[in-house]
Amino acid sequence: MTDYTELSLADLRDGLKKKDFTSAEVTDAYIARIEGAAALNAFITPTPDIARDKATESDARLAKGEGGALEGVPLGIKDLFCTRDTLTTAASHILDGFHPKYESTVTTNLFADGAVMLGKLNLDEFAMGSSNETSYYGDVVNPWRRTGDNATRIEAGKVVGGLTPGGSSGGSSSAVAARLCAGATATDTGGSIRQPAAFTGTVGLKPTYGRVSRWGVVAFASSLDQAGPITRTVRDSAIMLKSMAGHDPKDSTCIDRPVPDYEAVLGQGVKGLKIGVPKEYRIDGMPEEIEKLWQQGIDWMRDAGAEIVDISLPMTKYALPVYYIVAPAEASSNLARYDGVKYGLRVADDKDNITALYEKTRAAGFGDEVKRRILIGTYVLSAGYYDAYYIRAQKVRKKIFDEFQEAYKQVDLILTPSTPSAAFGLGEKKNADPVEMYLNDIFTVTANLAGLPGISVPAGLDGQGLPLGLQLIGRPFDEETLLKGADALEQSAGFTAKPDEWWV
Amino acid sequence: MTAQPRKVLQGATGDWEVVVGLEVHAQVSSNAKLFSGASAEYGAGPNENVSLVDAAMPGMLPVINRYCVEQAIKTGLGLNAKINTWSRFDRKNYFYPDLPQGYQISQYKDPIVGEGEIEVELDDGEVIKVGIERLHLEQDAGKSIHDLAPKESYVDLNRSGVALMEIVSKPHMRSAEEGSAYFSKLRTIVRYLGTCDGNMEQGSMRADVNVSVCRAGGYEKFLETGDFKHLGTRTETKNVNSIRYVRQVIDYEARRQIEVLEAGGQIDQETRLFNVATGETRIMRTKEDAHDYRYFPDPDLLPLEFSDEWVEEIRATLPELPDEKKRRFVEEYGLPLYDATILAMDREKADFFEAVAKGRDGKMAANWVMGDFFGALNKMDRDISDSPVSADQLGGLIDLIADKTISGKIAKDVFAIMLEEGGDPAEIVEKRGLKQVTDTGAIEKVVDDIIAANPDQVAQVKEKPKTMGWFVGQVMKATGGKANPQAVNDILKAKLGVE
Repeated sequence: MTDYTELSLADLRDGLKKKDFTSAEVTDAYIARIEGAAALNAFITPTPDIARDKATESDARLAKGEGGALEGVPLGIKDLFCTRDTLTTAASHILDGFHPKYESTVTTNLFADGAVMLGKLNLDEFAMGSSNETSYYGDVVNPWRRTGDNATRIEAGKVVGGLTPGGSSGGSSSAVAARLCAGATATDTGGSIRQPAAFTGTVGLKPTYGRVSRWGVVAFASSLDQAGPITRTVRDSAIMLKSMAGHDPKDSTCIDRPVPDYEAVLGQGVKGLKIGVPKEYRIDGMPEEIEKLWQQGIDWMRDAGAEIVDISLPMTKYALPVYYIVAPAEASSNLARYDGVKYGLRVADDKDNITALYEKTRAAGFGDEVKRRILIGTYVLSAGYYDAYYIRAQKVRKKIFDEFQEAYKQVDLILTPSTPSAAFGLGEKKNADPVEMYLNDIFTVTANLAGLPGISVPAGLDGQGLPLGLQLIGRPFDEETLLKGADALEQSAGFTAKPDEWWV
Repeated sequence: MTAQPRKVLQGATGDWEVVVGLEVHAQVSSNAKLFSGASAEYGAGPNENVSLVDAAMPGMLPVINRYCVEQAIKTGLGLNAKINTWSRFDRKNYFYPDLPQGYQISQYKDPIVGEGEIEVELDDGEVIKVGIERLHLEQDAGKSIHDLAPKESYVDLNRSGVALMEIVSKPHMRSAEEGSAYFSKLRTIVRYLGTCDGNMEQGSMRADVNVSVCRAGGYEKFLETGDFKHLGTRTETKNVNSIRYVRQVIDYEARRQIEVLEAGGQIDQETRLFNVATGETRIMRTKEDAHDYRYFPDPDLLPLEFSDEWVEEIRATLPELPDEKKRRFVEEYGLPLYDATILAMDREKADFFEAVAKGRDGKMAANWVMGDFFGALNKMDRDISDSPVSADQLGGLIDLIADKTISGKIAKDVFAIMLEEGGDPAEIVEKRGLKQVTDTGAIEKVVDDIIAANPDQVAQVKEKPKTMGWFVGQVMKATGGKANPQAVNDILKAKLGVE
């Protein structure tokens, strides 16, 4: 009997269309697998009943030869996307009991194409974090273990030890890597799709800012947030992006331009493409393995017929500081609406006035990392500091954008490592200087600041048997070339490794 | 330029000048709110006009309402102001339950409308010019209601997100009269343009009144140098919602500030509230309590950009504005400036007047409209829109006077009937037999009868020609007032031999 959960999203789609199997069968297989993987804590809210109902409806359509591009395909949804009548938490205590009466544009698009929702995936609180350790609903565990790591095990239903799946889309990356869904939605503000994908041997695509609607996605930093897929293959990524993308009149920053058939570019190869290699991404203290992998990627691309061009992006070193001004500034304002007045958590007693209600609710409702960023953001926007921080950061951001524009006169894609390291242990950096955690995003954050599309493709294993990713960054709205390059990398890397199922 | 005496207030220690600037919030006339599709209509039940965006549900995003932008541009053009084809929305951050987002979307550094200037008429007919600093678009907040329950407050979000224009004047007004006249003129302009209904009771228009005083001569120095140090410290009195109150606030604040200063005190930059019952202002918050609003560009919205062509298209739709209309009324209808100003002040009144005056004697039309007609409406407590007499009917009445069908005196009676019972004046005259008798034969007969019956009077009129009035009265009495007065006079003079 076929293990449906081992099929790629593309294969599932094709098999369902050909009626080789039904969505109900596939969905049941996933539901069983999710139940067996509770210890990974990838889901905040599994929705098996919804999934079974939707699968049945899909099967009815498929039986009639109807159905959309994702008909009957079971997906996981990051719990930052509002889903009608299903608890939506952003992994925060402050959204306790929040059941939206509306459906985000992305999930609306996916469901309109026939996708089946398996549940809401865990994440860092309000997508703030790089290790999925800031979630109110607990850490998510990476299904990968270091070779010979027998210390990571399950005790009383909980994982002891374990590695981070990355963040903030840790639930998405963990679930896709552990075959708990055929693909997952994710969001990326500074690397939250690509870094977790790199840590879990999955493909993570952050589209161009404005390619995918933000409507109904709980906002972290409005000018940086962008939704995209985490999948097992580049083809799966192309398929999901096509469904997720498109103009949305409800999002003023979402651009009205046609959505191409991304799948059609796969297999076209990179012959003749110019691939830029920015020297500034060779940072101090970068593990040799990362350096080696990057060189490997360069060789693969050259062997596949691409021309390698050394480029310089001197503003790169400012990207992280700029990000940690702009993102918290926007977040401090975006999160003002969680005040205990309208929905979610309220902490107050009869004697409290409105100020006490605000203070108690927000003190209890937000975790430390969220509070830290609200404080930073409030500080950088304050009178007397605004010009020195926020305005200056915006100026540098513009320079970063200009620098990329300039680079794309010479090259079609830029190739970098996805992360400066492989997945680290849960708890390992939890109490360290927050800046050390922020350094995780050092290679990914530039694409957010410049609004560019980026993709992380699994490219190999490190000495400890952990997956590593390579990143490609493309021109605005040129996801086609990006996917072409990712496809070539995937072909060359031939990454087939899977985590052993120690958690079952 | 020397200061007019009117602009100087005498204190115990010398002369003072008052300087006034207004920030007026005018609600944009629009069916929908500024960034959500929700209805902006007044008078709905609590929280009936609230969209997901207005309630700041997670993941909701604002989308600019094109019509509101058009209305702001139109208003800018009406204020003879610079239209900025690139502007931007900022977030003004503060916590309050009637502000669900935790920030108000407004325009801080880059407003849609820049500097302009309008003419303002004062009571004595003098016209002053008042500079406009800027106009920007912003969201209104909801309403907190604290008196429905002992321990709880309620919030009504119907107003949350409704589009407002904040129109900021330059500190160009120099007295309570000028401040209130400016506010009134602004109201006239937006009502003409149809960009705000100007309804102050419903809160569609309200003013934050900035007042300062300085020693005589300070203002002139300010004008020369643009340096605010020549002016006194200002106070801002919030949410003043009538023209009369604006006047009271300025009067009160000017007197209060002079008293404080003359007693050796100082004025602090502070926000104050007006108490309608006492006519006084009281402190609301000091500068120290002022919020740091942490303005920054709203990342959910793109900069607001539009073409000059669009501005020109909008300009082409502008109605004739009160100042132009006023001038035209003087030229075209020969009205005195005062009448023209009164009529042009209100578009409905002006339109009514023109409908009456078209093709008729302008002065006569103005007299009827401003006199009998407005007087009657006032008495009935009605507006032009629900007047029992239409412009056509009033015009018809004037036609009857002009072609001598009825006398001016009879016309007043006919008008009273029109008000009371309605109907066409010509028909009323016809039906009731009110037509003026111009048939000299018929009048002569009446005159002959009266002369024959009153020999004493006839004798007297020879000596005292003025007593002919008695005969006129008799003739009118006998004809039920319908005799043409001119004809009666002519015939009497001839028959009585009066010069």
